[in-house]
Amino acid sequence: MNYPIIVDVTLREGIADPEGATIERALPALGFTGVAHVRTGKTFRFGVEADSETDALGIAHSLAERLLSNPVIERAVARLEA
Amino acid sequence: MRVGVVIFPGSNCEYDAASAMSELGATTEFVWHTATDLSHLDGVILPGGFAHGDYLRPGALARFSPVMGALADFAQSGGAVLGICNGFQVLTEAGLLPGALVKNRGLTFLSMPTTLVVTSTRSVLTRAATVGQELVIPINHFSGAYTCDDETYASLVANDQIVLRYRDNPNGSRDDIAGISNVAGNVVGLMPHPERAMSTLLGSADGRVLLEGFASALADSAALVR
Repeated sequence: MNYPIIVDVTLREGIADPEGATIERALPALGFTGVAHVRTGKTFRFGVEADSETDALGIAHSLAERLLSNPVIERAVARLEA
Repeated sequence: MRVGVVIFPGSNCEYDAASAMSELGATTEFVWHTATDLSHLDGVILPGGFAHGDYLRPGALARFSPVMGALADFAQSGGAVLGICNGFQVLTEAGLLPGALVKNRGLTFLSMPTTLVVTSTRSVLTRAATVGQELVIPINHFSGAYTCDDETYASLVANDQIVLRYRDNPNGSRDDIAGISNVAGNVVGLMPHPERAMSTLLGSADGRVLLEGFASALADSAALVR
């Protein structure tokens, strides 16, 4: 079966995120107050052919760790598309 | 002595690197990224540019180019390896050097001369320089801020692996780091471009002392990899 997967890649805590910081600084000027801790990241969507959800997520997690993210600076989380 | 300059799809500093090494007396050749045998070389340079378009992250796809397996073996045997700019990013993604390069603080592409301070002469790149020596060498990058976790940083310091620092940090690099080596000192990566600082006519000749060091390291390297 083909399982639709989403992988979110975000910077680890402690790694500077200048894009997130810039977005956060822009928000008050647009009237959005009280928004904090903005962090940016990337989302990947793909389908995985596997026998079970667990297998599909395992494959997705493995490729997310090896290619989609750099574990030195990023964290990758794979989930099934709702 | 023979130096290979690896060309990935998207490399763009290979001619500058080869020209600089030729000027210093080395025989240079270009190595396409699909090569799997580097055993005839005494040193390898990964040049600047945008390998595989820098898609995903700089170096993320280049790391899986066929040449990288042979390069890991070459480095493991003690061969002299130099990654300049994008080449440095490729070496970190491949795990041949610790840490990572992230987007510059300020989110601007920086193309400017910088003043570097030599902080270790243990490496194949800095062996002809002196500790404390200041060198004016240009940078040309968007993702050049060196970062690593505290444990990695402590080991870099303990093993004298920080070889070059910026005098005035331009990009937010941790502890002003501009270049590092592996523990053995035979693999070096730096964001600045020494191959673009070979002549005072073009702004600076301060890159020479670094690449002369690398050229002089080739004989030692040859003894290890041949």
